[in-house]
Amino acid sequence: MGRTLAEKVWDDHVVRRAEGEPDLLFIDLHLLHEVTSPQAFDGLRQNGRQVRRLDLTIATEDHNTPTLDIDKPIADPVSRAQLETLRKNCAEFGVRLHPLGDVEQGVVHVVGPQLGLTQPGTTVVCGDSHTSTHGAFGALAFGIGTSQVEHVLATQTLPLARPRTMAITIDGELPEDVTAKDLILAIITKIGTGGGQGYILEYRGSAIEKLSMESRMTICNMSIEAGARAGMIAPDETTFAYLKGRAHAPEGEDWDAAVAYWKTLKSDEDAVFDAEVVIDAASLAPFVTWGTNPGQGAPLSANVPDPASYEDASERLAAEKALEYMGLTAGQPLRDIKVDTVFVGSCTNGRIEDLRNAAALLEGRKVADGVRMLVVPGSVRVALQAVEEGLDKVFKESGAEWRHAGCSMCLGMNPDQLAPGERSASTSNRNFEGRQGKGGRTHLVSPQVAAATAVLGHLASPADLSDVATTAGV
Amino acid sequence: MEAFTTHTGRAVPLRRSNVDTDQIIPAHWLKKVTRDGFEDGLFEAWRKDSEFILNRPERQGASVLVAGPDFGTGSSREHAVWALQNYGFQTVISARFADIFRGNSLKNGLLTVVLPQETVDALWELTEADPTAEITVDLEQRKVLAAGIDADFELDENARWRLLNGLDDISLTLQNEADIAAYEAARPAHKPRTITV
Repeated sequence: MGRTLAEKVWDDHVVRRAEGEPDLLFIDLHLLHEVTSPQAFDGLRQNGRQVRRLDLTIATEDHNTPTLDIDKPIADPVSRAQLETLRKNCAEFGVRLHPLGDVEQGVVHVVGPQLGLTQPGTTVVCGDSHTSTHGAFGALAFGIGTSQVEHVLATQTLPLARPRTMAITIDGELPEDVTAKDLILAIITKIGTGGGQGYILEYRGSAIEKLSMESRMTICNMSIEAGARAGMIAPDETTFAYLKGRAHAPEGEDWDAAVAYWKTLKSDEDAVFDAEVVIDAASLAPFVTWGTNPGQGAPLSANVPDPASYEDASERLAAEKALEYMGLTAGQPLRDIKVDTVFVGSCTNGRIEDLRNAAALLEGRKVADGVRMLVVPGSVRVALQAVEEGLDKVFKESGAEWRHAGCSMCLGMNPDQLAPGERSASTSNRNFEGRQGKGGRTHLVSPQVAAATAVLGHLASPADLSDVATTAGV
Repeated sequence: MEAFTTHTGRAVPLRRSNVDTDQIIPAHWLKKVTRDGFEDGLFEAWRKDSEFILNRPERQGASVLVAGPDFGTGSSREHAVWALQNYGFQTVISARFADIFRGNSLKNGLLTVVLPQETVDALWELTEADPTAEITVDLEQRKVLAAGIDADFELDENARWRLLNGLDDISLTLQNEADIAAYEAARPAHKPRTITV
């Protein structure tokens, strides 16, 4: 019987397999950041252990880093101490680190791919649940806890039970203004926040094949929001073209050998998935969340749902609590929801394509009065590219704030937070209660919906901007 | 890791689904660089409400958390497990756990017990009717026992063995040093490296 993509990559990394035990998997790439690593390094020290493979380990700073005044000492002493702890640990153990101020610094899941370190058929882990992002390359990539970070540092392996596999097939053409973000939000709403639990997802079908690498990363990134630790997309010419020439991509004979291997990384025709979901791309529309988990979403043209319409008691209760927290009323059109803040950034939508898409809609238009818009590039490299293309000017002229790279308002560990009761349209990945600041209310959206919302002041799609005059002569 | 064999204690019924890790321990607590001192951050936002179940006097000292489905969704932060343990919880019962949270729990000796929602409902009713009611989670027999409730639960044999004996995963893995070295020796040259060593 044939094997799925996930099974092939899994099998290629089994160090040891024994009856009644989890497989011991080799890890090709271990990404570190300041939040989930300090206790792991402490564990190494307490047990007199070293980092086994420094050449497969890399660290950056992202969660705590400020996006303003980065040349000054970090104001929050606790954030500063955590970053200093990472710097001390990396120096002591010899780990390559890209700290704040370094040209390769950025959100860890933006940094790995842009360096060419994330490659098809590799296993990638990080103490961060959005490690699933790297699955866009046909890598088996998943988030781990701090105990597992310590385990990988010490052994370069992880004991893991083999997950089941789920195919999510999306055929057809995505309508205009429908992005990878709308697609993944629609998938999560369809299968639920627990729908992918215990599975590795494989996104496939003609709609996926047409997507750029950056869009594929947006989709795989949010696999965890459907409960799946990992999501994958088979590598193809788009993948190879993205990697070619990157700092850590193979060269010469190694490149040829790598591509030959990468071309084998697709699910066999006769492979059997444990579950299958099929979605028609043409049926999709710009999608937003109305609730407090990423599965509580709807097309932008819909109304806030009535909790009474849910048959399942726990879903009904969850919807009631969500509407209460979000300050919304059943039946209210989603388009009528006014926002205070718009956030463009994060490992979900903080790459150059995302900034281009938002800037294209903002060019010649103004952010609505009373709306604050933050644009936070995913990495320093993304920021430099945006400046080269003049996108920073577009953002600034429209009234948006152009910031330095980092996780920023996705989770508000740095000063970029919502005030209690404030409402955001955010291109990030989680609309949990208080995620973007205590009492803050989050609607997850695509960069295009974020930009249109910023201009109009209420949740809106790019098509809604057709009545808004631009000064750009377009 | 602390071994887990059996535990008996009073319960906290948490009638919410999708209790995400941002609720269990908000992000600003993640700046700490230790594994302890997270107890005051546990459910921090909800605890501001004096009526929240954890604040009720009859729930003080409870050590068994009985929660709605999809407990622990969201981030990979192991701080969520440490916060529950620092507060005094020994075990969490739910119809479904997020994968990463469950893995983190097992690494720390916090036993996550999956039971059908009907059994969770029965446990909620029991402890709500009588907050002094005790629940026993017996890992040796893989059973949850309480007045009128005798429920079996599943946990894979390897995970159970590690928990019962409080075994350290890293030491276990390092027993396979020869296998790891053999794998490393056979890795293709085209695989990425972060530095030249």
